[in-house]
Amino acid sequence: MGFLKKLFGSRAAIQQLPTGSITMDRDGQIVTSTVSSMYPQPLLQAIGRDVLRLFREARSTEMPLTELDIHFASLRITARELRGGTLIFIFPQTTLAPTPT
Amino acid sequence: MSHHWTTGLLFVQIVAKWRQEKLISTVPIGNTDCFGETMLPLQAEICGTVAAVDATEMETHHKILILDDDADWLDLCRELLVPLPSKPEIRTVSSGARALALLESEPFRLLVCDLKMPRMDGLQVLAIVRRRFPGLRTVVLSGLEDEEFRSRAYALGVDLFWLKADMQQNTQMFLDCLESLLGREVDGGFRGIQSKSLMDIIQMECLSRSSTVLRISRGPLTAKMWIQDGEVIDAETEGTRGETAVRRILAWKSGTFESLPAEPSRERTIIKPINALLLESAQTIDESANATELESMEQDVHRKTVWKLGLLMREGAEFVVSVPLDGQGAPEALGTQSTEQLADWTRQVAEVIKRLGERIEAGPLSHVAAKGADRQLLILPSERKSFLVGWPPGDAADEILEKSKRLVVSWDS
Repeated sequence: MGFLKKLFGSRAAIQQLPTGSITMDRDGQIVTSTVSSMYPQPLLQAIGRDVLRLFREARSTEMPLTELDIHFASLRITARELRGGTLIFIFPQTTLAPTPT
Repeated sequence: MSHHWTTGLLFVQIVAKWRQEKLISTVPIGNTDCFGETMLPLQAEICGTVAAVDATEMETHHKILILDDDADWLDLCRELLVPLPSKPEIRTVSSGARALALLESEPFRLLVCDLKMPRMDGLQVLAIVRRRFPGLRTVVLSGLEDEEFRSRAYALGVDLFWLKADMQQNTQMFLDCLESLLGREVDGGFRGIQSKSLMDIIQMECLSRSSTVLRISRGPLTAKMWIQDGEVIDAETEGTRGETAVRRILAWKSGTFESLPAEPSRERTIIKPINALLLESAQTIDESANATELESMEQDVHRKTVWKLGLLMREGAEFVVSVPLDGQGAPEALGTQSTEQLADWTRQVAEVIKRLGERIEAGPLSHVAAKGADRQLLILPSERKSFLVGWPPGDAADEILEKSKRLVVSWDS
């Protein structure tokens, strides 16, 4: 496979931020997703698994959470707990984009 | 082929335009720019900085690293940047990995970075640079006219985002901005007057016998100081007024300030001359810095605890846990018995989310809000520590965020 890379090189591109929602079951598997299929699945899975982990750790610290809202400088992730699974909304944050409520 | 042809044409146009601008720029700079058009204040400031740099002939030659996957564009940039007044040394690289290796091996002052590149894109490079070289100035020079990328770049802390297409129109302005970034030192102090403390600023206002109202901000905290004919007549901040407010304001080490029109009708609450107040404050700061006696330290800790408890009650929070980074001191808490447990959880959450943000290139973490059945939580990370603030359920999220920020700034001041 290495020679193909040498022949064609890799295309110049920028990783887009995801937009949409995903539902994950308690085992960390994506059940439904409205995020573009262009967005790498491993990254989407990483978001879901980290969110599930945060809900789990909060439970084990005896502070069960129902909602988690993570604000990065250019992305917002809102997650709701669903009986062990989670429903996650992902919104890029740009200066022109309206802030979702 | 067409890509190279376009770059070549842009190259010729930009160089021609820039050379024309260089001829015009010998006109003295007043309130108009190099094209004779009215300048915005920031542009005027930049031009002023450049004029100052010209006059003093900078002795140090800073190094600029340009990163772009287009070799023609690198040549163009090199030709444009070499004649900058500070005579910087220009280095060019065509991949993110090489740029990072070079930054590791030599000190650079400024990185000019493209966004759309193969293998490692510009945002990935900038995210790494921000973490490894916090003092490095960064400029994005991109062909992508997309607001999302501009926002993401600024979210990563870049100093300037410039479109390649704009280079043709505003080459000289771009060069002036770079020159300004090269000359700017990373000192503390109040924005606008670098490396000057608030005491210096107040002294300057008083010595010039001016009348003004200084509005001073430090994060979400704001203060006002009324100066009339060179005398401080009143001040207020955080619910305090008069001399107490002055002492509290003078303890702030950094922030921003602006001068508002004078208010001669303001009631006078401060009788002491400003020099006496400044001296008292300086002594208090020195004493608190040099206090070594156990007794005075214990009193100090007790006073701080009472003051922090007052803050907590005033804002209506249930508890606050201040969590230093691993191995940098013990967590501190008020309003809860489960300090260690909450501190561990906060550390874990901050760590997991920080790593996630880096992986998905979402920029630095701003804050995390969480809701449970019987309370709301807010995690505010900063460079040296994270804060966990607990709130009763029902309060609006925006209100909680504002109150938490106020609490954290006061807590640390």
